[in-house]
Amino acid sequence: MAEGLHDSDIPNPVLRWVDQRLPILSMVQREYGTFPTPRNFNYFWNFGALAMINLVIMIATGVILSMQYAANTGLAFDSVERIMRDVNYGWLLRYAHANGASMFFIVVYMHIWRNLYYGSYKTPRELLFMIGVVIFILMMATAFMGYVLPWGQMSFWGATVITNLFSAIPVVGQHIVTWLWGGFSVDNPTLNRFFSLHYLLPFVITGVVFLHIAALHIVGSNNPLGIEPKGPKDTIPFHPYYTSKDSVGIIVYLLVFAVIVFFMPNYLGHPDNYIPANPLVTPAHIVPEWYFLPFYAILRAVPNKLGGVAMMGGALVILFFLPWLDSSPVRSMRFRPIAKWAFLLFSVNFLVLGWVGGKPAEQPYILIAQICAAYYFAYFLVILPLLAKFERPLPLPESISASVLKHRGGGPLPAGATAKPMEKA
Amino acid sequence: MRRYATTLKAAALAAALALAPAGAWAQGHDEIHLPDTKFSFEGVFGTFDRASAQRGFQVYKEVCSACHAMRHLSYRHLRGIGFNEAQVAALASQFQVQDGPNDNGEMFERPARASDHFRRPFPNDAAARAANNGALPPDLTVMVKAREGGADYLHALLIGYEEPPPGVTVANGMHYNKYFPGHQIAMPPPLNSEGQVTYADGTKATVDQMSQDVSTFLAWAAEPELEQRRSMGVRMIIYLAILGGLVFAVKKKIWARLHQTEPAP
Repeated sequence: MAEGLHDSDIPNPVLRWVDQRLPILSMVQREYGTFPTPRNFNYFWNFGALAMINLVIMIATGVILSMQYAANTGLAFDSVERIMRDVNYGWLLRYAHANGASMFFIVVYMHIWRNLYYGSYKTPRELLFMIGVVIFILMMATAFMGYVLPWGQMSFWGATVITNLFSAIPVVGQHIVTWLWGGFSVDNPTLNRFFSLHYLLPFVITGVVFLHIAALHIVGSNNPLGIEPKGPKDTIPFHPYYTSKDSVGIIVYLLVFAVIVFFMPNYLGHPDNYIPANPLVTPAHIVPEWYFLPFYAILRAVPNKLGGVAMMGGALVILFFLPWLDSSPVRSMRFRPIAKWAFLLFSVNFLVLGWVGGKPAEQPYILIAQICAAYYFAYFLVILPLLAKFERPLPLPESISASVLKHRGGGPLPAGATAKPMEKA
Repeated sequence: MRRYATTLKAAALAAALALAPAGAWAQGHDEIHLPDTKFSFEGVFGTFDRASAQRGFQVYKEVCSACHAMRHLSYRHLRGIGFNEAQVAALASQFQVQDGPNDNGEMFERPARASDHFRRPFPNDAAARAANNGALPPDLTVMVKAREGGADYLHALLIGYEEPPPGVTVANGMHYNKYFPGHQIAMPPPLNSEGQVTYADGTKATVDQMSQDVSTFLAWAAEPELEQRRSMGVRMIIYLAILGGLVFAVKKKIWARLHQTEPAP
């Protein structure tokens, strides 16, 4: 790049002076203003923006909560109750933060669902997708450690169960667990380090989110048709079209969030977490937060501890290989008559896994979990690779704009009729 | 239209994904059906019945507080159920609390002030166990949030003592309660006779009435922010609904530009 001042076209002289020296305004204009975006996004494409908003809400509420929270086994539970009672709007901050975690997982599960349905993980977006999986795993770690902080019964026993999973590793397992705990049981050192990491990881997530967005802006967005934009008539500038469409989604998201925070703030939690942690009393059922239940079900489906841990880890790691397991060149499930049903079944299967994950580990739930876990892996390892070979996809539309206009009832268009949709925009 | 049908189906799936597993937890393994009590604070617009909560405080003070602490409450918090400043000061001053050390390095007793925490019945858990046949009476501040069924469960528990059914042996020092998980509870029936407390407002102190009142008080103690939270929620939802309408109209108007440049269908 040439040295010297950046060639800025910002009209305001002061902003231009800044932009010539640090072209951050030009960058925003390029990446979020005129950025050419496929014109046919449906509302599923809101969830990326919603996840970003959610991350900001979590960091903002979390930073303020941490000013009042005490990461000490003798004080943690009481300090949370103090936040609820004596800190101005502390109840609002805490309920927004606790339920914000649930909202974050709803949003991210939807974001992943959209990715899988419309084949966004396929070339050239493989790395973009893999970075997304890294964010998802970091989120799970952050949420798990956050749930430990109030130091209630589920905090303590959840931490005990999950950290103990590492003891399944042969030879060094028990040493790893002791190292994670900072002692010989979940105790004050564990709580201290979980608080430290719970504060650190969101900023790591923020960094990885920037990589995710940077990669997105290199390869561009996928769209519901799964075909690449072929020219300017297939795209529209991000602003004002998708800024306005994302805004609609944000309001709906905030409405759902508000209903949960203001009217059912403890619905997604567990009553046992309002009992202070007690290492001598084990709760009747130790259940993780709802967003871990599908993976928890896979863990418990395997009778062998190491096997269960490996399967649960594998359920996440397999996502990194998805771009190569599914080698069909057709992205969108709209044009894949068989894969579409296999995937919808996969979605239902995932919900059933979540349901059995919340049930006690007894029959018939174990059998259901085993069948569902088998389908989870079969979808990735057997069904997608086979369908890529044998499925006959439906014909793809010739372009995004042709498909959009046909949908509106205009019939087939003479070539060039929509040549410059941007002229008046 | 097919496109929207797919979208809707998927959205429904997602909603189920979010809520179904959580709902599934709510069912305990032991089938105990709680009687559904009509409490003043239920529903979106429900508020705490102040008179009932004040009577409930009286029940707590005269009965429960012999064994159960409420360590997250201070006397000043009682303003939240309608006591005024003078009443709170008078209530607090009935209790002796330990303070100190004074200039001689000694702890001393003084009447409680509004800013003091509720006095605890026992100096520590070991003392509480020693006085209760080995059982530890739990703190009651967040009890309503710490049990499935909340206030309904507490009310049921307090009126649920009865003779054990034939064939059931109750362990020594335990009591049969039809609503307690496992049915054997260490706590003896705390509310056992009509008129156990004398209500200043003339309300007849039946066991059921006392139980409802103390459940109302404990519900308030667990969620003192409940009324403020719900009223803020109603305003928030009205605000977001209006804003959502405006934002959607703006989005429609902006996207209409795109449609103008294309041939009419």
